[in-house]
Amino acid sequence: MALARVQLPAAAKRGEVVEVRVAIKHAMETGFRFDNDGRVIPRNVVTSIVCRYNGDEVFRAETGSGIAANPYMQFYVVADATGEFVLEWIDDAGERGMERAALTVTA
Amino acid sequence: MRRAGFRRTGRCWPSVPVLLLSVLIASASEPQRPVPLKSGAEFAGADARAMQADDFGNPGMLWVTRGESVWREPAGKAGKSCASCHGEAPVTMKGVAARYPVIDRGDGRLVNLEGRINVCRVRHQGAEPLPYETDTLLALTAYVAHQSRGTPVSVVIDAQNRAHFERGHDFYHRRVGQLNLSCAHCHEVNWGKQLGPETISQGHGVAYPAYRLEWQTVGSLHRRFRGCLSAVRAAMLPAGSPEYLDLELFLAWRANGLPIETPGVRR
Repeated sequence: MALARVQLPAAAKRGEVVEVRVAIKHAMETGFRFDNDGRVIPRNVVTSIVCRYNGDEVFRAETGSGIAANPYMQFYVVADATGEFVLEWIDDAGERGMERAALTVTA
Repeated sequence: MRRAGFRRTGRCWPSVPVLLLSVLIASASEPQRPVPLKSGAEFAGADARAMQADDFGNPGMLWVTRGESVWREPAGKAGKSCASCHGEAPVTMKGVAARYPVIDRGDGRLVNLEGRINVCRVRHQGAEPLPYETDTLLALTAYVAHQSRGTPVSVVIDAQNRAHFERGHDFYHRRVGQLNLSCAHCHEVNWGKQLGPETISQGHGVAYPAYRLEWQTVGSLHRRFRGCLSAVRAAMLPAGSPEYLDLELFLAWRANGLPIETPGVRR
């Protein structure tokens, strides 16, 4: 079930450094576990997390099986224009998710 | 409680008979509750507490967010969603979880939140009940229980649910498993002491459905029961079984006054 959350301050001054937090609901199945019948549970982890700010890529993470379930990331961006953050992620099974968040920048 | 009484008796002789009498009366009339009541958060460590307090960092909130969308999704033959009847959950579901589990007026069974959701699905939505421990049921339960966050548990034991309460009380105090321990041996007598790396909690269910770091997911209180029973090498019952519901009622009574924390974060 594709689901993500993005948290930003609602408004920021131009030039201010804002904190961006993202969380994705994902089991991050490592591929190292076995089910009750002894079969390997196929690996399915989020492999890529990308965040764009008004179209410009501001954050990219290539994640693997070492990342815990429900990955949480936090990064900082200089607020330069009012616009939209778009978070996109993809996992091994090819499932994609997208989440948007708006930022209002005042002079 | 008894220890505190003992210390006091050393200083003040005339109160001894009164204290003794009150202890005797208390133990005869109703089961003991831990004093003071402490939420599991107090035993979970500062990291888990900080994670739970942060509404974005708390991974359980992902289930709450999902539950909110499930709340609005129509299901079953009736084509109704939870919201069709109950409207805005923050208004209509506020404080509801603090009264559960309750006796269902329809068929007189004891139901917890999960059970109530499934009763609604079958009776009003014309849908299949959601199996216990599925992501959707956990999300919906977490969303509904979350609306009561901060509301103190207030379960009333009356003539209707008394039998369930007694059975839950007996389950709680019955020795089980190869380790031959009852719930009370850890959570009543030894809470606050170390068991390996963990501090034994008082065993309240107010944080559930909770995100356990061990599980890497949100799980129900009944999953937690299974974990405890497995730990004492006892036979585990299926989640949602009547014995667990009785125990849930007893625990809810025992936690009366503690605020609901859903979604809690536990180790």
